Amino acid sequence: MLGKTAGGLYWMFRYLERTENIARLIEAGFRIALTRSTDAESEWKSVVTTSGVSAGYAAKYDNYTSTNVVDYLLRDTSNPSSVISVTGAARDNARLVRTALTTEVWEAVNETWMTLTELLANPVRETELPSVLNTIRQQSALVRGALHGTMLRNDIYDFSRIGTFIERADNTARIIDVKYYTLLPNTSFVGSSLDNVQWETVLRSVSAHRSFRWLGESEMTASGIADFLILDRRLPRSLSFCISQIVSNLDYLAEDYGERHACHEMAEKIQSRLKNRDIESIFDEGLHEFITAFIRDINSLGQQIESDFRFGG
Amino acid sequence: MVGENKFFDEMSGHNGTVRDAYAAYHDWFAEQDAERLTKKSQDAETFFRRTGITFNVYGQSEAQERLIPFDLVPRILAQREWTKLAKGIEQRVAAINAFLHDIYNRQEILRAGRVPKHLIAGNEAFLPQMLGFSPPGQVYTHIVGTDIVRTGEGDFFVLEDNARTPSGVSYMLENRETMLQMFPELFAKIKVQPVSDYPKNLRRSLAACAPSSAGSKPTIAVLTPGIYNSAYFEHSFLADQMGAELVEGHDLRVVDGHIAMRTTQGYKRIDVIYRRIDDDFLDPLTFNPESMLGVPGIMDVYRAGNITIANAPGAGIADDKAIYSYMPDIVEFYTGEKAILKNVETWRCGEPGALQYVLDNLKDLVVKEVHGSGGYGMLVGPAASKKELATFAEKLKAKPGNYIAQPTLSLSTVPIFTESELAPRHVDLRPFVLVSPQGINIVPGGLTRVALAKGSLVVNSSQGGGTKDTWVLED
Repeated sequence: MLGKTAGGLYWMFRYLERTENIARLIEAGFRIALTRSTDAESEWKSVVTTSGVSAGYAAKYDNYTSTNVVDYLLRDTSNPSSVISVTGAARDNARLVRTALTTEVWEAVNETWMTLTELLANPVRETELPSVLNTIRQQSALVRGALHGTMLRNDIYDFSRIGTFIERADNTARIIDVKYYTLLPNTSFVGSSLDNVQWETVLRSVSAHRSFRWLGESEMTASGIADFLILDRRLPRSLSFCISQIVSNLDYLAEDYGERHACHEMAEKIQSRLKNRDIESIFDEGLHEFITAFIRDINSLGQQIESDFRFGG
Repeated sequence: MVGENKFFDEMSGHNGTVRDAYAAYHDWFAEQDAERLTKKSQDAETFFRRTGITFNVYGQSEAQERLIPFDLVPRILAQREWTKLAKGIEQRVAAINAFLHDIYNRQEILRAGRVPKHLIAGNEAFLPQMLGFSPPGQVYTHIVGTDIVRTGEGDFFVLEDNARTPSGVSYMLENRETMLQMFPELFAKIKVQPVSDYPKNLRRSLAACAPSSAGSKPTIAVLTPGIYNSAYFEHSFLADQMGAELVEGHDLRVVDGHIAMRTTQGYKRIDVIYRRIDDDFLDPLTFNPESMLGVPGIMDVYRAGNITIANAPGAGIADDKAIYSYMPDIVEFYTGEKAILKNVETWRCGEPGALQYVLDNLKDLVVKEVHGSGGYGMLVGPAASKKELATFAEKLKAKPGNYIAQPTLSLSTVPIFTESELAPRHVDLRPFVLVSPQGINIVPGGLTRVALAKGSLVVNSSQGGGTKDTWVLED
């Protein structure tokens, strides 16, 4: 496979994953804005921070109203991480790797782009927001379904999955990073209702509020949530889950190509820091430090993969 | 549709009687409900958008991607009409290859005085780098798109010999796919020769032209300028259908005297490049030093016989509009036979008598730039205003050698479907021709382009043209 094709697949799926993550963050933020209007401003601010677009946002707006934040994150073409920009970038990459995709996957991506471009052509009113976010999620599911249902399980699939999980790991880690103080076991507002709202928002941001309950953790505690998001191997958005997916897909590539690279070692090292670990030891190490280091490592891993498989020029 | 047709209509001739080739289709059409057809027409558009069969228009930043409008009424040729056409095309393409080999080697035709020397020597499309070199399999034009126009029952003319990188074949294939999906019952009723073998034949034909050092399964790559090119859809489509790699210049480099592509497992050699970039951009070390699209050093590899480039660099000298008028001589010179297909009468404005004639009759002529393409820089006399004619006359006088002129042809029409009825529109035809040492292969039919505006003669997609499915009937 061409290095460029591997790169195109990796980025296409990173961007597609990002689209969905942004929609989910907005959804969680919007909920808080509706239910607790006094916290709205700070909640929107953390949504912007989590999306990694603070500087660009601050250059354009000096407050964090839901109208401005939603517009910036959904449809501002000057924001390279807005849904509209990212969907366009995903489709450009899909065009680049068109010959590696099944018709189903290509059409799903192309349709996503057409649907979202039309949907986001004009500012989204608050009353329409839930249905717009819903459409974004549905389109994501469509592409994912086409990928799983029609693509060969070969290197093409591996690079697609690696892109997805690097992006997802980064996203979950950022959510924890921005909200880490609410997850510390001994914060001042333990047990207060503020806690519950914050925790629920965190869980909603990774679509895990219901699964957390299913797992029978009757009581929401900070360490329970942190444990869930970082170490739980059943949750498809936990750091542990993401890194083991990356490791497996890199292993398939090594098997396929008969060659191991620096990125293989790097991924295993990141994984080893999450394996057989309990949340207390992470708190002892310092949650903030742990997460910051994880974000740094996962990004270096992404770069290492790019160079090991010759994505660039 | 009874009455006099000013132009030859391929469905109803001159007198309104349905011609044989269209009889079965015409009967079928008469039973169709207009609303259903309108709906089908919209479905086709949705299908094209969804599958991304779109193109970019140069110099239009908005409306970034457009569709080439598709008309659902097929253009139909009888087997016997096609057989004659195909024979003529084959003869012409064979002559073009012989001409190119001659021009870049012994130059017999120049010595015989059948084509003037200055037309070659001073021509930008002529590449001195190709002199004394013979490409693998001695094939220069691996893919040709011969533009054909028709003016009457048996009157076919070659309008242009596109010997560089003719495009449009993906539309031919997708148009048929669309028709099969929309009207399966029609194909059960009428036997149409299939076109779907084209990608397989293209692959086979290119493989047969691989350098002798290539293995039994040569690696083929389509070289594209990238996703922002207007024909990118076609590049990716063909690569996909042929099972070839789709590469850009920066994916390639010279490794150990071969062209290699950068893969996830290191550099891998390729044997045949079907390039969709112009000669000038191929190799910054040999041609345009600013080019970012090509591969530095590829011409050295080429001359060493280690890569096949399709079409060969310098093949454009054969479809140059200044050479065009000599084509009947060229065919005769190399095949020893009279040309089967006619040329359109052409005045070379560089010749003094011709210039005067063209200036005197400008309002009745079509004037083309010798090096132009895609209908740009062209004057259609009958459609031009007085002011446009005057401006163009000045341009002509300033650089007469830059132009050729042809009579305004009474292009044949084929009906298109407009909301409720059939309306005649002018068409041309681009059959696609594959050349390899094993022979010449022509896909039955080709791409029919249609000028959608009433009375218009310009069929180019960049200027409001659409396309039709083209049928060659089985006897």
